[in-house]
Amino acid sequence: MKILTILKQVPDAESRVRVQHGSLDLTGATYVLDGMDEYGVEAALRVRESGVDAEIVAVGYGPAATDQAVRTALAMGADRAVLLEGDAFHDPLTVALALADVVREEAADLVFVGGKQADWDSAALGPALAEALGWAHVDWTTAFDLDGDAFEAVHDVDDGSETLRGRLPVVVTTQQGLNEPRYPTLPNIMKARRKTLDTRAADVGQDRMVVTGHAGTERERRRVMLDGDARSAAGELVRRLRDEAKVLREEGR
Amino acid sequence: MILIVAEHAHGAARKSAFELVAAGRTLAAATGAPLAALVIGADASSVATELAGFVPDVHVVADPALEPMRSEMTTRAVVHAAEALGARVVLVPGSRSGQSYGPRVAMRLGGAYLEDVTDVSFEGTAVVAQRPTYLARVSAAVRTEAERVVVSVKLGAIAVAPLADTTGEVHRLDVPFSDDDRRLEPGPRQAAAKGRVALEEADVVVCGGRGFGSSEAFERHVVGLADRLGAGVGATRAVVDAGWRPYGEQIGQTGKAVAPSLYLALAVSGAVQHLSGMNRSRVIVAVNKDADAPIFKVADYGIVGDVLEVVPALEEALAGRD
Repeated sequence: MKILTILKQVPDAESRVRVQHGSLDLTGATYVLDGMDEYGVEAALRVRESGVDAEIVAVGYGPAATDQAVRTALAMGADRAVLLEGDAFHDPLTVALALADVVREEAADLVFVGGKQADWDSAALGPALAEALGWAHVDWTTAFDLDGDAFEAVHDVDDGSETLRGRLPVVVTTQQGLNEPRYPTLPNIMKARRKTLDTRAADVGQDRMVVTGHAGTERERRRVMLDGDARSAAGELVRRLRDEAKVLREEGR
Repeated sequence: MILIVAEHAHGAARKSAFELVAAGRTLAAATGAPLAALVIGADASSVATELAGFVPDVHVVADPALEPMRSEMTTRAVVHAAEALGARVVLVPGSRSGQSYGPRVAMRLGGAYLEDVTDVSFEGTAVVAQRPTYLARVSAAVRTEAERVVVSVKLGAIAVAPLADTTGEVHRLDVPFSDDDRRLEPGPRQAAAKGRVALEEADVVVCGGRGFGSSEAFERHVVGLADRLGAGVGATRAVVDAGWRPYGEQIGQTGKAVAPSLYLALAVSGAVQHLSGMNRSRVIVAVNKDADAPIFKVADYGIVGDVLEVVPALEEALAGRD
């Protein structure tokens, strides 16, 4: 079988993100493979290690520098990679349509996608890709087991978690809790350099939605530090929450 | 027309439904377009009656297989309703389920998807919205001229709508489901803690970190304080990874995003990923041993101290506040 794992490179969470005159300034940001996508690479590797004869193809999309993220996946153990080179930002639906072409061309059976991208804060890519392919999807997945072409997955829902059973093909969106992604070892990093990386210009259509500006989200905070021992600080806090911030309702439960 | 997808649980509409009514009314008023609600479920009649107090028309899709929510069945129902009713804008909640079928609906309609927005309006014929990006550190303005637009609205971002003056009509909508819509078979469910207010709907959230030392201490102090305040319980990634609390309580990039009136961060250091899940809270209180913890930079009130001492003192102060 063939497993695709979709990758994106995003600014490291610790990188400074600034907004100046309505534009985003990412100067000096360090880019890494999106943490959410790492779970997908690991999940693919574990399917193979469970005894399934599978080829694992890492598929990155984004600017040329995304090859670093793709190399990380190869060093983790993916067999080869495809990089759809294009602009840093596209509407997730537009990206999904471009990725669907690759999934069809590769005749993949199982696709892992990060549950939420750390740049566009979007959880749309997995469901949109499944829809573009006419496949089912499982989102916010915390467990995934494959037996032949039947799978059982556990995923988060609004009020807890749910088990879903189905058959391949399927798009699975990954998140923390699914597994503990491995670190690439030095020999594997060296080996990854010899693996095939097929870079091609992304064939993306017209975005259905455009970004017209940016603003910071930092709010003015009071930043009042309450001193004294625990008891007096706690007493002062309750007074201020009640009288100043007015967020404590009167007792009555 | 403007169509809202009203989610519900245990026979009552969720808070998100009334947030969508508010957003939908603004959009409808701006264009003179009619507003309608779509209720999807096994037996959604009580929810439909409830919604009829808020919108002029409520369309009901009822099928036993619709509960628990299945993404593809819901997609079919929403797409069918949007096409049958000629919806320009479909508003869905930014819940786990809304985020599951929202992109599918947009894709199938050949439309645009504005995701997890904190407000939405018309600008001429374009639909414009604001949405958090870059771990909620940036708010991006987005715009689309698409003929059909699906908008998922961030939970808690918009104040709930008041009752309407008149009672709306309830209509039944038949949807031609296909076998493929049921290809995933739902199995056992694990419910989040019962009897406690849902995290995204809570007006107060108490969130604890690893500093409590054990799951027992977390239960006693964080859950105890939350119960006293009628608050939702949240946890940091470290707490969830340690197995003290379920994933469903995690707040942050990988967990839930909340925006309560009051957020109590107890032994929470305030990593960027965590801040992205709570920085829209109206008032933030931080208690942490480390005076340099980044959480204090976003706190309205801060106490440097051991949570095992401060939280019991807080309980005492709350008990004696009347």
